[in-house]
Amino acid sequence: MIRLVLWLLGGVLLGGVVHLASVLLLPRTASQDAYSRLEAISPINTVAALPAPSPENDILPFMDPAFAVAVCRYDLTTAPLKLTTPVGQAYTSVSFYTRFGVAYYAINDRAAGRRIIELDLMTPEQRSELPEDEDVTAADRLIVESPTPTGLVVLRVLGPEPSAMAVARGVLAAARCRPNPQQ
Amino acid sequence: MRLVLGSLFAFLVAAGLGLGLTWLALSKGIAFGGVTVGAWTAWPKVGTSYIDPYARASVARTGQLPIGSGDGIAFFARADDEARLFDGRCDVAVRGTTPPARFWTLTLHAPDGRLVANSVNRYGFTSQEIVRRADGSFEIVIAPRARPGNWLPTGGVERYVLVMRLYDTPVGVATRTGGEALMPSIMRETCP
Repeated sequence: MIRLVLWLLGGVLLGGVVHLASVLLLPRTASQDAYSRLEAISPINTVAALPAPSPENDILPFMDPAFAVAVCRYDLTTAPLKLTTPVGQAYTSVSFYTRFGVAYYAINDRAAGRRIIELDLMTPEQRSELPEDEDVTAADRLIVESPTPTGLVVLRVLGPEPSAMAVARGVLAAARCRPNPQQ
Repeated sequence: MRLVLGSLFAFLVAAGLGLGLTWLALSKGIAFGGVTVGAWTAWPKVGTSYIDPYARASVARTGQLPIGSGDGIAFFARADDEARLFDGRCDVAVRGTTPPARFWTLTLHAPDGRLVANSVNRYGFTSQEIVRRADGSFEIVIAPRARPGNWLPTGGVERYVLVMRLYDTPVGVATRTGGEALMPSIMRETCP
């Protein structure tokens, strides 16, 4: 009897380990995460507009229908990325997500302070390889470091009313993300 | 023999308990660091690199992209101020004012995050669209049938979630208690 209780106790302790391990490993095994869902419609290192969310067609859950959204699914293994987007009349934001959906950085039009948001996205290694003198001018250059070599940039432009959605989508049509090799 | 049976038993208990707990935690949507204001709850850390492992697993499983904290913050409500779960057959009024933000939107989602089909294709309001009273406060009525004023249709679904997203707002990681964030009230009006 005591032996059984001991085995049970051991099982419960091990169960705790299994629980923690499975929670920590789940993001790496999830096949339906945002990145995987977007693979079908967004080519790598290119800005792709997402269809407006509707009851029948929701690529991602809990998307705000007041926004026109485009994504750039990036891969920095060969070169850093340059991202440019004009800003909309009302509100524009650029959010960065790791391969596993962690929002590690986001900036809006007011924080960027320009009519065009321009960013360089790179891995920490690529940043450390930047020539010294370029780093000096980095003050007026927005550099974002990605913790993972792949991930998602999500561009959102608000259409404050339904009639403004077409304009918001038009703004995103001019957004670009492209590899920007360093010399 | 006893050793084999015993360890097999322990492993079965471990697997059942461990995976069961994980499933329970993720299906119940356990997350830490929630800020609750009235009926509304936000998880400011979910939009940062400091997201906790449970929220991280839940984000990966559902395919969500949480709003980054430099962008804004999302407040979720599943029930009214008296903690009654939303029922799409009832009339619910969202009244009051919102915390400071450049823009906000109020959207009705199904519990799984989809939008809810309705006859007028309205899924939410933005702060620019709504009709306000003279003092700047507003009222949005969430009801299955058309109402005058700001009407957000429920499509008659049984359960739904209201999401109020504040964009370019000081509310967020700096607001740990949520004390100064004044969210609108949610009252059930009539119910068949």
